[in-house]
Amino acid sequence: MRRAFLIAVPYLWLLALFLVPFVIVLKISLSDAAIARPPYMPQFDWAEGIWAFLRELDFENFIFLTEDDLYWKAYLSSVRIAVVSTLLTLIVGYPIAYAMGRAPEEWRPTLMMLVILPFWTSFLIRVYAWMGILSNEGVLNQFLLWTGIISAPLTILNTPTAVYIGIVYTYLPFMILPIYAALDRLDGSLIEAAEDLGCSRVQAFWLVTIPLSRPGIIAGCFLVMIPVIGEFVIPSLLGGSGTLMIGKVLWEEFFSNRDWPVASAVAVVLLLILVIPIVLFQRNQQKQAEAEQ
Amino acid sequence: MNTSVFAPWDDPGEKPLIQFRNVTKRFGEFTAIDNLSLDIFEKEFFALLGPSGCGKTTMMRMLAGFETPTEGQIMLAGQDIDPIPPNKRAVNMMFQSYALFPHLSVWENIAFGLRRDSMPKHDLEERVEAMLRLTRLEQFARRKPHQISGGQRQRVALARSLAKAPKLLLLDEPLGALDKKLRQDTQFELMDIQEKTGTTFVIVTHDQEEAMTVASRVAVMDQGQLMQVATPDRIYETPNSVYVADFIGDVNIIRGRARQNGGDGYHIDWAEGQEALTAASDNGFDTGQSCHLAIRPEKVAITAERPSDAANAVQGKVHDIAYLGNLSTYYVELPNGIIIKAQTANTRRISRRSYTWEDPVWLSWTATAGVLLAN
Repeated sequence: MRRAFLIAVPYLWLLALFLVPFVIVLKISLSDAAIARPPYMPQFDWAEGIWAFLRELDFENFIFLTEDDLYWKAYLSSVRIAVVSTLLTLIVGYPIAYAMGRAPEEWRPTLMMLVILPFWTSFLIRVYAWMGILSNEGVLNQFLLWTGIISAPLTILNTPTAVYIGIVYTYLPFMILPIYAALDRLDGSLIEAAEDLGCSRVQAFWLVTIPLSRPGIIAGCFLVMIPVIGEFVIPSLLGGSGTLMIGKVLWEEFFSNRDWPVASAVAVVLLLILVIPIVLFQRNQQKQAEAEQ
Repeated sequence: MNTSVFAPWDDPGEKPLIQFRNVTKRFGEFTAIDNLSLDIFEKEFFALLGPSGCGKTTMMRMLAGFETPTEGQIMLAGQDIDPIPPNKRAVNMMFQSYALFPHLSVWENIAFGLRRDSMPKHDLEERVEAMLRLTRLEQFARRKPHQISGGQRQRVALARSLAKAPKLLLLDEPLGALDKKLRQDTQFELMDIQEKTGTTFVIVTHDQEEAMTVASRVAVMDQGQLMQVATPDRIYETPNSVYVADFIGDVNIIRGRARQNGGDGYHIDWAEGQEALTAASDNGFDTGQSCHLAIRPEKVAITAERPSDAANAVQGKVHDIAYLGNLSTYYVELPNGIIIKAQTANTRRISRRSYTWEDPVWLSWTATAGVLLAN
């Protein structure tokens, strides 16, 4: 009885805060836009019965998504930005995780703390800070002008570059922590064994360190890529109008256009796109857990 | 059959494979190896024996190339190996933790070193198969290290380190993780493999029984210095110091003062009101010099009556008996409180033992049974 209760709590949580909202969104995505409050048709009416209600639902919003090339371009662009920024985060994050893993034991908690430290400040404030750094009159340009490296300010803000900087900065801890966890577990004598058997330092790194930190790399990549695909704040604050991302399209569809059904359809498709990497991520985690037994 | 005894260390013409020349290794303030010189010969099974922290592992890591000597030189086949990195040395190591690559199969683990030499595919396969046969691992070739037992992992580690046919194989506590029974079987297996491959083995261990069983020579170490380097029987029979005598096996140490007895031996005055003991010794002692008589328990005879012809005989009473099944060790307390251990084989049934707790007994031994040591 107590066990059933304990299991029921998370499931009720999921039901109330994920499944029910999702069903509502799915229902809206199958409705038609209307100038009403709420702005879609049909509304469920007890008098007409459930069949009359269901008959009015259709897939025309989803068909609309395929007809206007804005949407698939936005999806594609989001996935591309997510993949590229995941790779960038990996390139920046791996050496940091590696250095942390090789740092003296007594330094590691401090280094770990430094990685987590940015979370203590609001995400929004940190993105605004980047606006201050990257703008034409920003800190970075003033510094570069002062050193004489450039003679005219660089335009970084409101370009894709700014979006990449923002994403890599924000999601770096999600990449570092799983890789560090994998490297921390790595037995140092394995590297010595590899060298003993004829590997140079570089070969030992490629043949032993990288394969053994692979679960961490995969976990880190998913943890970065999945939220970045739907990212909205960073592209809208740092990216300007040139950066096309599905999160922004969704926001505009919902708040500017007030077309809730189309916005909901966009959200449902986004969710379906995200399910694939989430399932892959879960399988990776499961395989890793099995290997450790 | 070759009847000549394998003893290259006694042949002055023999060139040692490994030479430590006045090697010192310091870690900050701590001196791990203190001005140590040592020769190890080809085809030897050489054991470095000592308590933890005595520097034996440091010696091995210097041979493998993971540490460099602070002073002095290490020569391998007449060549100073200091500038050669670990991956270029004709030396392989079997790690205490085995350090098997968890992401590779047994087969790939063994092939790992060979692949680095870009050996032709056919030769490589043949070599790996040969190693699998040598260590009886054929059925496990496709398994991952976590899918096999501890004893099998140990054999994979051995096969992997032997695969490159090194001039020198280093074994760091190779049997430490195995249970006692398996350890004994594996010791003989190791000796067998060493003989078959003709590789020089240097083994590091803190287990004196293991060192005595497998090694052609044993070096007993303490605090970064070699206490004694000799064959197992010489280490046991003629230790050169109380430390070595005490470290290897069980021993009675009797302190006293030496007095020349006219012949080739000494009288030892060891206790008030007791007859002096007699011991033959090649070591010279001045009259009145303090000395230690080290005598193994199994060389002390225990009898109910005083033996008539014994060179040394002392009386005491049985304080304790340790029954080991095949052997019994009697702890005999002498009138002055000293306890002497005497060990006898239990050739008769325990119920027919002629003395028991608190019985008065005589202990006796010959003049040559013990070793007279200065310190």
